[in-house]
Parts: sequence; structure tokens; C-alpha cells
Amino acid sequence: MEPFVSHTGLLAPFDQDNVDTDQIIPARFLRKPRDAQYPRWLFHDLRFAQDGSANPDFVLHRPPYDRASILVAGANFGVGSSREAAVYALLAGGIRGVVASGFGDIFFQNALKNGLIPVRLAPAEVAALRQAAPGASATIDLSTLSVTGPDGTVYRFEVPDFARDCLLRGLDEIGLTLSLSHKIAAYEARHDAA
Amino acid sequence: MGSTLFQKILDTHTVLARDDGLRLMFVDRHYFHEGSFHAFNILRARSLPLRRPDLTFGFGDHYAPTDSRRIADIADPEVRGIIETFEANAAAYGPTAFRLADPGQGIVHVAAPEMGLTRPGMTVVCGDSHTSTHGALGALAFGIGASEVAHVLATQCIWQAAPKQMRVWCSGTLRPDATAKDLALALIARIGTGGGLGHAIEFAGPAIDTLPMEARLTLCNMAIEAGARSGIIAPDAVTAAFLGTSDTWPDLHSDADAAWDREVVIDAAAIGPMVTWGTSPEEAVPLGRHIPRATDAADAAQAAAWARSLAYMGFVGGERLADIEVDRVFLGSCTNGRLTDLRAAAHVLQGRRTTVPMRVSPGSSAVKRAAEAEGLDRIFIEAGADWRDSGCSMCVGTNGELVASGERCASTSNRNFPGRQGRGARTHLVSPASAAAAAITGRLVAAGAL
Ligand code: SF4
Repeated sequence: MEPFVSHTGLLAPFDQDNVDTDQIIPARFLRKPRDAQYPRWLFHDLRFAQDGSANPDFVLHRPPYDRASILVAGANFGVGSSREAAVYALLAGGIRGVVASGFGDIFFQNALKNGLIPVRLAPAEVAALRQAAPGASATIDLSTLSVTGPDGTVYRFEVPDFARDCLLRGLDEIGLTLSLSHKIAAYEARHDAA
Repeated sequence: MGSTLFQKILDTHTVLARDDGLRLMFVDRHYFHEGSFHAFNILRARSLPLRRPDLTFGFGDHYAPTDSRRIADIADPEVRGIIETFEANAAAYGPTAFRLADPGQGIVHVAAPEMGLTRPGMTVVCGDSHTSTHGALGALAFGIGASEVAHVLATQCIWQAAPKQMRVWCSGTLRPDATAKDLALALIARIGTGGGLGHAIEFAGPAIDTLPMEARLTLCNMAIEAGARSGIIAPDAVTAAFLGTSDTWPDLHSDADAAWDREVVIDAAAIGPMVTWGTSPEEAVPLGRHIPRATDAADAAQAAAWARSLAYMGFVGGERLADIEVDRVFLGSCTNGRLTDLRAAAHVLQGRRTTVPMRVSPGSSAVKRAAEAEGLDRIFIEAGADWRDSGCSMCVGTNGELVASGERCASTSNRNFPGRQGRGARTHLVSPASAAAAAITGRLVAAGAL
């Protein structure tokens, strides 16, 4: 996996609480392969009308937000289903970080496994970033666990050590766990004997 | 200080504990479904074998057609391809898989418990958020994403930090007209869909002790809608009877002095039939009441959310629920697709006629056979309902069984998110008895009001 150390990008405000994974990618697109079409499934039903035309009001369609790579949401982003496709769709749409005051637990894990950084901040901090001027950017730094806003304000966030380590070093979790196979085998031996 | 049941099971399954609290947890049961194809792709891309095919079980549910058990009959090539991929992955990697035509086919969270695959004290994961269901049997169970599924396929383990512990104490006993679904909706209405984030919930108390196993499965199923990745109930005589065993599990309970990060007490006796009016499971009220107005909200953020929900649902706020007309009814899903759910709905429908289309999809093929053995299918068919095969069906519509845009559906499933049952579909979550009442009257009423 590509290491992730820091990312600087444009902020896009997405002022909605409880954005569920069915909003991020509707279930009927879960069967789709991760190909060049994939960006289209991101927030599909919010972004496109029934006839397929783009909704010009949707934030990611409005310049300069169409170039945004950091989404600033509300509370409980990514609640609902376990579909990792929600993370795939955000990444396909060029999003590398989501700032929110809370995340669905499974979404949070899925994001970290794929190098999409879930930045959990206090509601007032999220609101401050959401109010950044159009075209403003921020930097998410995983090595210092901080977000630097457009006005230079530094916000601290947390990510579990192990996930952070894997991301910073581009380590692959499966490979890492397989290096512990002897421990797993020992557990299995104890368990089967019991 | 004592431990919670969750912590005890986690402790006994810890292969390795890191200093930062993260543990490598051994998985006793790994269930997968058609949607797990991303994980098999990861495994294949790295030429890794499936470590424990004997502990891995596949269920064809999300894309299963409910009008045929033959793959060749599926018109949509993408849906057909997904099912073929599921069956090919199962054949290539060797786990037991319950394919479309198998007698054991069913929704993973209905079929696996009824087969006795999930047992007290086990660790259970599946690439599906409603894996919380299995906690009803006293198992530590939670949903995972595709990367984690791939990790479990390859290692039979998962890295897990102990979540915070929440106890939901259910006092009293449920009224005869209230069900576990109503209890779940009442709880979520109270603590919110974010109420359980970061927590594992244990359900306990007198109302849980007297709750039959199928109702416990319904309750734990909905734990994820409260934000909690898992829900658990200590195994007891009800559990043993369900599993047909004389086993007891003296160690599988939370200690009296266990520390809870959060405790919620809910009076089960005060709960009646519930319905959701909005686009989040927390937007639920008792049947017989009115839909709230955005101006009734507690704060500005909630008012904005409610206004969005009302608009999506086609309401202005303040409508009487009993006046709301539904276009169709769906009875099924991993929440309410079990035999007792079908019985409850059939009891209401017996001798009556539906006035709007009603689809019934049993939660598993075994449930379907059992229902037919006792004649429930006749009751549904004579009432005018559509009696189908088992699958996730209209809960999520990935098999193509969708609610049309603008249509209002009373559904026994678990999510009323915008577009969940189809683009523009308006979902009202209810219990099976309330679903039957909606099918008969064409409106959102409780069965007791018939
Ligand atoms: S019935 Fe619905 S909630 Fe349950 S597993 Fe299937 S799609 Fe998911």
C-alpha cells in the first residue's frame, strides 16, 4: 500500500449529520467493479437527477468544490452498512480525508484500511472548518495527527496507533498478521485440544 | 473489578495483545455473502489461501431472486454475475456455502443461527453490519468491511480494540401488542443512531429474560442502527432451548461489578407499536400519534435534519399517522423474516384481505418450509399477499426488487435511509403485525386498531 503521511487539499462543506453509507453509494451500485466509472457512484442520488443529469447545486459540482479532496461533514458520518464501497467511492471521487464530529464505527475502520483519513474533531472545530472560504485548503498530517486549517489553526485528532503506523509506513496489515502465523497456529492448537 | 460478557469472550479469543490495547482476535465463525467478492479479489490478487475453510460459511442472500431458485432465470446479467462469482469463489476456496438452490439458503443472520452455527461464547464476524444479530445467542459478533473480510479469510483473525461497554437495561415486560422491533425503535428514538457509536451494547433486564430467542435476534439485529457494532445477550435457558441443547454457560455473563461506560434504562412496559416517519431509524414515534413538525425539534441541527426528512417523505409535519396511505408492504429481512414474525403477521391477516400489494419473503428457505408446513403461506396467499422465496429482497433491493420512486412502503426491515429500498422510495419501519395492519388498511395503523 502507498504510505500516507500528509495531504493538502481543498475543503468542501457538506453540512449534514448522519450521512449514511446508502447516501455515499446507493446499494444498486455495490455490484459495480472498481473501474473508471466508479467516481460516478459517489453520492449518486444526491448528485444526479433521475434522468442522469448532474444536480448543479450539489456541493461537489460547484466550483471550486469540484476540486475538493477534504470533505467537512457533520456528526455521525458513514453510519449504516459495512459496505467498504463507500470508501472506494469517496477515494474514486478524489476525497482523501473526511472531517466530522463522529463516524460510523465500521466506516472508520474501512477508511483507515484504504488510506482515506477519518478526522474526528469537536463539533465546533468541524463547524469552523466548514465555514472556510470557498477555495480554502487544509493539511491533514498523519505523522503529527493534526489538521492545519486555512487560517493556520491547528486541530488535533486521533487515529489508533496500529492503523496510523500501517498508513505512515505503507505496511500491509494482512502481511503483518501473517508474520504472526505461529501465534495463530499455537492458539488453534490450544483451542482444538480444548 | 469484574468483566463484561463481551470482554470475557474477547479475552478467551485473544491470540496476541499489543501494548496499545489492540488485540489479535481469533474468529470462530466467519460468514460471507455475495457482496464479499471484493475480499476474495484481494485474496486472489495476493495468491493467498483461505486459512480455515472449516470455520467459513457462505450464504447467498443479498442478490438472491425471490421468484426462482435457478441462476439461469435471472434476467439482469450483473446480478447473475454476482451470484455466479459467489458460487465460484466458494468452489475455489472450499468453504461450505449455501447456494441459491440449497435447502440451507437464507439470509445469513437468519439461517446461521437457526442452523446452530452461531453458539454462545463464540466470536463471529461477517462483511455485513447486521452481524450484531448473532449476539442474541451470547456470541461476540460484529460486522466488518471488505479489507477486514480479506484479513479474516487469510488469517482467521482480526485486529480489535475493546469497544466501550454500554448496558441497556430493559425493565418490566413487553406488552402483548409490542414486539422486539418496537423496543428497538423506541430505544433508537431515545439514544439516537449515534447513541451506541464506539460501544458494544449488552441487553439485559427482566424484559430480556422473558424475550423469546427470535425476538432477541431482532433486537440485537437493530443494535447497529443505534450505532453499536455489536449487541449481546447473556445465554440462558431460552438460548439452550433454541439450540436444542442441555448445555449451560455459567461463565458467560457480565459480572455484577463490571464497569459500564454507559448505562441506559428503558421501561419495556411503556412501549407500544412504533413506526418511523423519517429517513433515520431514530425518527420513530408510536403508531396512533402524529408526525412531528420541524419546529418541534430539540435544536437547530435536528430541525434541519427533520425538515430534510419530512420533505423526502412527502410530509409537511403534523400529519396524523393513521391518515398516511401506504403503497405497498414488505414483510421479511434479517430483522423480521423469522417464523414467529411470519406467524404474527399471518395472525393479523387471517380471514382478511390486503388492499395494497404485500410481498412476503421468508428469512431463510428453512423458514419458508416451516411456514408452509403450518399453512401460513395459505393465509398470506388468501389475503392477497405475494409469497416469495427467501432473500434480502426489498430490504435493500440489490436483487432488483425495488420500491418505486415516491412510493410509500411499510417495511419490517431495519433501515429507512433515503433510497434504501430504491431511489426516491419512502420507507416506514414497523413490526410484522403492524405491517400486516398496513397491508389490510392501506394506512399506518397498529394491528390492535383493526
Ligand atoms: S436483510 Fe437487509 S439488512 Fe439484512 S443482511 Fe439482507 S440487506 Fe442486510
